Amino acid sequence: MPTVSMTVNGKQVSADVAPNTLLVTFIRENLRLTGTHVGCDTSQCGACVVHVNGNSAKSCTILALQAEGAEITTIEGLANGGELHPMQKSFQENHGLQCGFCTTGMIMTAVDMVNKQDNLDDASIRKGLEGNICRCTGYQNIVKSVKAVAQEMES
Amino acid sequence: MTTETGIGASVRRKEDKRFIIGKGRYLDDINKQGQTYGYFVRSPHAHAKINGFDATEALNAPGVVAVLTGPDMEADGIGPIICGWGITSKDGSPHKAPAHPALAIGHVRYVGHQVALVVAETLQEAKNAAELVEIDYEELPHVVEVGDALAEGAPQIHADVPGNLSFDWELGDRAAAEQAISTAHHVTRMDLRNNRVIPNAMEPRAALSEYNMGTDEITLYTTSQNPHVHRLVLSAFNGVAPEHKLRVIAPDVGGGFGSKIFIYSEETVCAWATKKINRPIKWIAERSEAFLSDAHGRDHETHAEMAFDANGKILGFKVSTKANVGCYLSTFASAVPTYLYGTLLNGQYTMPAIYVEVQAGFTNTAPVDAYRGAGRPEATYVVERMIEIGAREMGIDPGEIRKRNFIAPDAYPYETPVIMTYDSGNYALAMDKAQAAIDYQGFEARKAESTQRGKLRGIGYSSFIEACGIAPSAAVGSLGAGVGLWESAQVRFNPTGSVTVFTGSHSHGQGHETTFAQIISDQLGVPIDQVEISHGDTGKVPFGMGTYGSRSLAVGGSAIVKAIDKIVEKSKKIAAHTLEASVEDIEHAHGVFSVAGTDKKMTMAEIAFSAYVPHNYPADVEPGMDETAFYDPLNFTFPAGTHIAEVEIDPETGTTEILDWVAVDDFGNVINPMIVEGQVHGGLAQGIGQALLENCVYDKESGQLLTGSYMDYCMPRADDLPTFRVETINTPCTTNPLGVKGCGEAGAISAPAALMNAITNALGKEIDMPATPEKVWRAAQGL
Repeated sequence: MPTVSMTVNGKQVSADVAPNTLLVTFIRENLRLTGTHVGCDTSQCGACVVHVNGNSAKSCTILALQAEGAEITTIEGLANGGELHPMQKSFQENHGLQCGFCTTGMIMTAVDMVNKQDNLDDASIRKGLEGNICRCTGYQNIVKSVKAVAQEMES
Repeated sequence: MTTETGIGASVRRKEDKRFIIGKGRYLDDINKQGQTYGYFVRSPHAHAKINGFDATEALNAPGVVAVLTGPDMEADGIGPIICGWGITSKDGSPHKAPAHPALAIGHVRYVGHQVALVVAETLQEAKNAAELVEIDYEELPHVVEVGDALAEGAPQIHADVPGNLSFDWELGDRAAAEQAISTAHHVTRMDLRNNRVIPNAMEPRAALSEYNMGTDEITLYTTSQNPHVHRLVLSAFNGVAPEHKLRVIAPDVGGGFGSKIFIYSEETVCAWATKKINRPIKWIAERSEAFLSDAHGRDHETHAEMAFDANGKILGFKVSTKANVGCYLSTFASAVPTYLYGTLLNGQYTMPAIYVEVQAGFTNTAPVDAYRGAGRPEATYVVERMIEIGAREMGIDPGEIRKRNFIAPDAYPYETPVIMTYDSGNYALAMDKAQAAIDYQGFEARKAESTQRGKLRGIGYSSFIEACGIAPSAAVGSLGAGVGLWESAQVRFNPTGSVTVFTGSHSHGQGHETTFAQIISDQLGVPIDQVEISHGDTGKVPFGMGTYGSRSLAVGGSAIVKAIDKIVEKSKKIAAHTLEASVEDIEHAHGVFSVAGTDKKMTMAEIAFSAYVPHNYPADVEPGMDETAFYDPLNFTFPAGTHIAEVEIDPETGTTEILDWVAVDDFGNVINPMIVEGQVHGGLAQGIGQALLENCVYDKESGQLLTGSYMDYCMPRADDLPTFRVETINTPCTTNPLGVKGCGEAGAISAPAALMNAITNALGKEIDMPATPEKVWRAAQGL
């Protein structure tokens, strides 16, 4: 089995993996970082979104071997020590989650969105969330959560 | 003070922390030492006879531990999957529920039907070996639509169910309804289709079973909305293990919407097989397995006739429905198109005569059972489409016709002709507020502006009613329920004054850990961060019935109040002893016990400590502060409201844009307005999904599920939905101590009718759900 090495949440990790191992499987099974979820088998739901070299990506669409040398951030690496990321706080403050299963992927997508886009309004946030499915919230409070952080960053 | 965390405050959710940092504990996050992986071999055919089964090659494949089948389970005496609600047909005969072995024996009856479990050291090895299982299928004729299944000459799905008819049920007064229809000024007649949908909780169903040979105990972790019901059925009916040797744990569960109520084949097989192989077994459904084998929702074909007098007053209502129940009766499948449907056909109106008949037909499709709303969305769709069409045909404003028919606010308790007694409501108030919020008077001007731009604008109402907190147990028992529908709560003070509440209900997104803690904080003055809510583990929690039908607060919350009453009663005795007063003189408010007319008092924390360190203590009082209550409701609750949707259609593309949505709901008293609003949003998204996007399609020719993934089944996404405007009115429920009614299903119940009324108003013609761009475009183009 080939060896793969990458940096996950600032920590160097290395493991022997079967070539067909998905990045999400590597994160969940090898590293036991279970905050990244699997909600579908067609790369549609976005529960598995992580950051790969600073870009949000569905970790079920990437082989672990393709992430060789990459910097990966998962939901577990988003908080700065004990201090939650503003997006995490905003989801709690604005009731942007219910069952919580899609939430980690939503937050990772949302962080990438506010990092890269200015002047986010409801419509552009909704468009930006197009790759993430939530069955609980009707999205309204997720949009509110993202907008609050976007506005905070701009002010 | 408890006001910031008490009843009525939008307390931020206590459970959120673990979810936002990735520390939720869903089923696939749990692993056991030495666990194996299960993978189900499923039928590729809609209907076939199994002439041969050969697992030799699979058993020799790398890593394979076992290949288990239906006959293996039968040999071990494991009973079939059951339906827990008995329905009696018109002719007095009981419903037909053919035996449903957890793994197929002799026949398969739908695509995805579980045939065998392959257990291996890794998931990959289990999947590879599943490919090697050889099954000799002899295909048989199949039928997927209920109308076809109930027609003369249809393929027979079960040898012991002639005509594929499970039951032919009725409710109400046929003669009176027909008399009203035959003599009325106007009769509206319509055929309505309630499309089939697939629940799609984001966490797929899963099971992890573990046998302990030392204690002879089986522990089953599973995605359940009601772990005690799982334990009871798996023990009493399937015979997996005696109840005291079976522990069922539903940890963090990622959404349910009804689909995780039921006792399915997969967890039954895993619970049995772990003892057989003496290894833990993990099975996690892939999304495609969820599409194939989760219980689906809705799927009704209905003909309805509503009779009106010249003023638009309803005189009679007659409804004939064919309900698709899939290939077997799932756990509560028989209750959904009957007592959760027919009993709600009275809506918010005075209707002198109602008659409903429902034929439930088997088809070669996945079982159909409760999905958010369960029967009540189907009823609301029929009532609210019929009254709307009646208004259009008679030239009466759709808001006005509803107002003319509303039950008056002073008419409660109100008995309907379909065995419900509504306790409270104020339907005109909700309507007035909704009309004001959406500026109903300004609609014609807005429509004219749309018309100028070549767009079609429409507005639609839904004045829905639902029955929640199904109860009382004796009443539902008389209607066929195999269980009681009460709830349990245990309120346990720790010696240092913190509290653990054990509830028999289960949270899979609803926010019980916050709402229930608010009740404790409010009534017993305990800081909310000192209250822990525990649920989902039969090894910890008193027997409870779980969460569905918007029952958790109305029934489970009321059980907590009853346990609090016992805590207060006991605390008064301890305070009286300590403060040297008589019990009658002790007054209680928010956790402070004081002697009337004096400044002598004790706090709840002091009393709890005294109860565990009973040095100076009343002789006739037991030590400890830990009370359990079981609450059986007196009646259903009846949340109701009016929703108004406004849409604009582009006739060139057929796309529908939802411009505005106003929801005014009466949920009685509200504990946490933020959570309630979130529940309404989620319900609306599911209702709008059904009306606009979602549709489960089985191919008639092949019997294959054509909508078996997120590539083919259109889930609502963020950019498909509008920003909802949600208001509540609060007419307290008169039959439970909190005065609450339940809010979890309202959106899903109300939305389809409101949206289809708006779309058909814009188009000026009828179409069925879902209103896809193609259907809307054809209608707009007159095709």
